[in-house]
Amino acid sequence: MVSIAVGAKPIPVTDVWQALTHHNATEHVVVRQLRLPRTLLGLLAGVALGVAGAAMQALTRNPLADPGLLGINSGAAAAIATATALLGIGGGTGQVWFALIGAATVTIGVYAVGGGRAATPARLALAGAALNAALYSYVSALMLLDSAGLERLRFWTVGSLASADTGTALRVTPFIAVGLLVALATARPLNALALGDDAAHALGARPAVTRAAAIIAITLLCGAATAACGPIVFVGLLVPHLVRALTGPDLRWMMPYCALLAPVLLLGSDVLGRVLGRPGELQVGLITAIVGGPLFLSLVTRRRTARS
Amino acid sequence: MIVIRVRGRLSGRLHPRVLAVGTACVLLTTGVGVLAIGHGDYPMSPADVLRTLTGGGTAAEEFIVTQLRLPRLVTGLAVGTALGLAGAVFQALVRNPLGSPDMLGFTQGAATGALVVVAVGGSSAALSGSAALGGVMTGLLIYLVAWRRGVHGYRLVLVGIGTSAILTGVNGYLLTRVPLMSASRAMLWLTGSLDGRGWSDAAPLLTALAVLVPTLLACAPALRMTELGDDAASGLGVDVHRLRMLLLTGAVLLVALSAAAAGPVPFVALTAPHLARRLTRAPGVTLLPAAAIGALITVAADQLALHALPGQLPVGVVTGVIGGGYLVWLLATERRAGRL
Repeated sequence: MVSIAVGAKPIPVTDVWQALTHHNATEHVVVRQLRLPRTLLGLLAGVALGVAGAAMQALTRNPLADPGLLGINSGAAAAIATATALLGIGGGTGQVWFALIGAATVTIGVYAVGGGRAATPARLALAGAALNAALYSYVSALMLLDSAGLERLRFWTVGSLASADTGTALRVTPFIAVGLLVALATARPLNALALGDDAAHALGARPAVTRAAAIIAITLLCGAATAACGPIVFVGLLVPHLVRALTGPDLRWMMPYCALLAPVLLLGSDVLGRVLGRPGELQVGLITAIVGGPLFLSLVTRRRTARS
Repeated sequence: MIVIRVRGRLSGRLHPRVLAVGTACVLLTTGVGVLAIGHGDYPMSPADVLRTLTGGGTAAEEFIVTQLRLPRLVTGLAVGTALGLAGAVFQALVRNPLGSPDMLGFTQGAATGALVVVAVGGSSAALSGSAALGGVMTGLLIYLVAWRRGVHGYRLVLVGIGTSAILTGVNGYLLTRVPLMSASRAMLWLTGSLDGRGWSDAAPLLTALAVLVPTLLACAPALRMTELGDDAASGLGVDVHRLRMLLLTGAVLLVALSAAAAGPVPFVALTAPHLARRLTRAPGVTLLPAAAIGALITVAADQLALHALPGQLPVGVVTGVIGGGYLVWLLATERRAGRL
């Protein structure tokens, strides 16, 4: 496990090392200015999305919960699009705050729909898809009204690490760090909640506080990740499933492993996108959709998941 | 409820309320239609419009009505009818009030088809054809992936959502691959617009409606029985799998062709059946009222976008915003009622 996590990341790192020590100044600049921030951002976003996915599946007790599928990333995207198109706020910390507001709204909405006992995976996914569609048409309308906005937003809405610079990475770091800490702190009580509210009470957990904390964590993680690199789907869904096969359902193990594996997946997709799309590149959001989509399909056509 | 029997052989049930709502919708749509034809840079009174439609107008009026405004109206009506009907069929098939083609990937498939043409730079006829093809191919793909000794509602939903997420990614990618001018054109198409639609745009959809509306209506009694559950329906003599395949094919064709005619007009397929059900208070599936309300929504939203709002917005913006608001309200109330 750990060796995979470390093994995939050194590819850029060795590049960095070689460029820094052996090669000329041009490559030096490329590595320092372009590759390094990009890798850093991929790491951060991957960690955020993976852990958020794990927290979400535990919170809604639903194997198909994913920040992208349930519209949380779209909520953040819609808020950012509003900020860019209507208020003229582009980039910077303002963008992160707007993303957080959007993500928080949708998280609470989805939880209100999906948290109930009656909500099956299919119903929750459908509610999320409906929200996604509504937000998507809203973003499209904004893009239609403002063609300069379209030029900026059409690249951002795919989900890309290409626009990364050190500033972006630094801006979202505190949000992701806080979100991560809150998520890890809720791992234990969320484990208890998996047994049901009454049993969790008996085990000393406070369901209301735990849920609120988990929602805050998900909001922070998803909002910051979306603000940094646009809405990326399927990472938050797949990684917890892969990890669950390795660690079992204990969230205290799952969350750290998700935090390791998710950036591997995201950076791997990004590298793949750069290799396949040469001389340009394929956006990482596209690669995760193309790689993650079929895995999602295989997941839902397995009888056990779909029936529950 | 009135039961009609003709010499003991043919029998049917008639809900007076369904009839009343249907008639009201048709009248209202006609009214909006006449106003729509009369409204514009060359204003005409409703009397003038009716006179021109019956063949008594001047040459100029004749041209404006039959060549400019009527095709747009008819396209809107046909698209609304098709979407309302397809939405009702989908919601009954997957047995969930949110199961509309917007959510299940068919619309996204049509969009992918259209975007491919925009990317390689084809004519608008090629764009329509490719959109229809994309929708149908997506329907086929979803059906094949979801098939396991028959297609069940929930699996269709999940496979549809997955496919839709993949295609959304692909669409976003295609949108980044084209120059800005084409991207604007693509964006306009993706929102759903009736601007500049002529008879040639409406013709394929009208043909399909002529064939598919009777077919789907003929399936309605059997569809009502499947609401009891697959086993009960089989017991009552319904070939559930064959029925599903037939309905699915019909609904996908309607969605694909309406997307080819006007782009993916969002949320009409979701809201029309809901409104139909609420207004008629009829049990089970209400195909015809849903179709009538779909037509009304589309035409009214187009007029609203064209004349009441600033800028020349496409119809899809209005249906999208209204539909989104309705969706939020629906999620809140259905959740409280425990039906979702």
